[in-house]
Amino acid sequence: MKRIIQIAVGLSLAATVGAAEVAPEAVEYSEYGEVAVSLSGTAGDPQNGIKVMTTRSKGNCIACHQVTDLQDYPFHGEVGPSLDGTGSRWEEAQLRGIVANAKHTFPDTVMPAFYKTTGFTRPGDAFTGKAGTEPLPPLLTAQEIEDVVAYLVTLKD
Amino acid sequence: MKKAALKTALGALAFVASGAFADEDASLVINGEIEIVTETAAAAHLDGALKTVYSGWVFRSDETQAMQADDFDNPGMLAVESAMATWATAEGTNGKSCADCHGDASETMTEVRATYPKWNEKAGELRTLGQQINACRETEMGAEPYKTDSAELLAMEALISSVGRGTTINVAIDGPVADIWAQGKELYYTRTGQLDLSCASCHEQNYGNMIRADHLSQGQINGFPTYRLNNAALNGVQGRFKGCVRDTRAETYAPNSPEFIALELYVASRGNGLSVEGPSVRN
Ligand code: HEC
Ligand code: HEC
Repeated sequence: MKRIIQIAVGLSLAATVGAAEVAPEAVEYSEYGEVAVSLSGTAGDPQNGIKVMTTRSKGNCIACHQVTDLQDYPFHGEVGPSLDGTGSRWEEAQLRGIVANAKHTFPDTVMPAFYKTTGFTRPGDAFTGKAGTEPLPPLLTAQEIEDVVAYLVTLKD
Repeated sequence: MKKAALKTALGALAFVASGAFADEDASLVINGEIEIVTETAAAAHLDGALKTVYSGWVFRSDETQAMQADDFDNPGMLAVESAMATWATAEGTNGKSCADCHGDASETMTEVRATYPKWNEKAGELRTLGQQINACRETEMGAEPYKTDSAELLAMEALISSVGRGTTINVAIDGPVADIWAQGKELYYTRTGQLDLSCASCHEQNYGNMIRADHLSQGQINGFPTYRLNNAALNGVQGRFKGCVRDTRAETYAPNSPEFIALELYVASRGNGLSVEGPSVRN
């Protein structure tokens, strides 16, 4: 009986995740690169967004972007523009699209796509230098992207 | 503990130094006598891509720069010393040393490093400096080739580079190597891996910018082999390429693969006009 309940709970969890989460290949981008619908179906947590942006093995966003609000975390890069005021310049749907796959917004950008799993040249197995097999796990999960977006919208001028 | 603390201190220094921006007028003169060109007009084939080419030395911290200006402070010169002994030591079934055929390296080898990778007419192939050293060992000396990027091979490359310091990089890109050069160029601009970045994404579009704690250079190879403070050893060109490709979350090529040889020729040619600097000091 206990086991049956566990299985049932497991199933229903899988079902809710499955229903609400948008898979990387299924994301719909507008002509300008916006993504209107939440990728996870769960509101983002801006505190975890900060963690994702500053952690090397996660978004590592500050490797390329300067963010004054995050100056307690060392080593901000200059490859991309400063993200100060980004929440005033962009709508939430635009930010979601930029973080998921910035190439829909900026066609030749060097910014990596964080929610993309196929279509790479010589895809590797993370940082091993060995071959990887597509679909690769996306760089960030749906929820991590929602968390980052929830933080970015707070960066007002 | 000591090492970690030192590393952190160095990292912090490098960041401050490059954040404040390197001294634009800094110039490199080694041992007070060898003048090094660290900035010059780009070769004609770079038209539309780069106007000026810079040695990686320009982008390093003041402390790292200073280490290269004096052979007593350059840890890479220890390997040069050991290679000088090897140069004069007979090895292999023919009982010959490098010196038996080539005499005094400081007289006969000065123009070598500046022209490699180079087409070998007799063999009908393009050779990197490392491959040429190994060809001598196998064919002329009857000795075992050194392993790719082994300490012995890099030390010998460092010796041959060191006697050529100050000569102008002048790698041929036409004639029999034209197709290989074109393949190398294509590889340079091909975006790879899950991060989808090419050499050009970092070293052409973003040199001078910080990427995390690293001050991006043009990725020139005039300073190779380089002594890196990071791993406290001499590093070869293609090993460096491998690390950079791996960092794009891509499947790398192997050192001495046709692809990396072509890429080495192309990247070397992007440095035409700069000086030979190896063994250089980098972080
Ligand atoms: C390898 C470098 C790199 C990384 C890593 C990177 N970006 Fe970017 N990003 C860029 C560049 C370059 C641009 C400018 C777009 C272009 O190419 O024109 C950009 C643009 C943006 C913009 C639009 C900024 C504006 O105001 O116009 C946002 C927002 C952004 N990035 C967020 C992020 C976040 C969040 C992450 C991490 C999850 C991240 N970036 C990781 C390079 C990067
Ligand atoms: C994600 C960014 C990135 C990419 C892509 C990249 N590199 Fe690098 N590379 C670096 C960093 C960071 C360094 C260390 C700082 C420096 O010298 O620029 C470096 C260093 C080098 C160096 C050493 C330069 C010196 O003076 O010692 C060479 C050579 C080099 N890269 C070549 C390449 C080649 C060739 C490719 C493409 C196959 C490539 N890199 C791709 C980031 C990158």
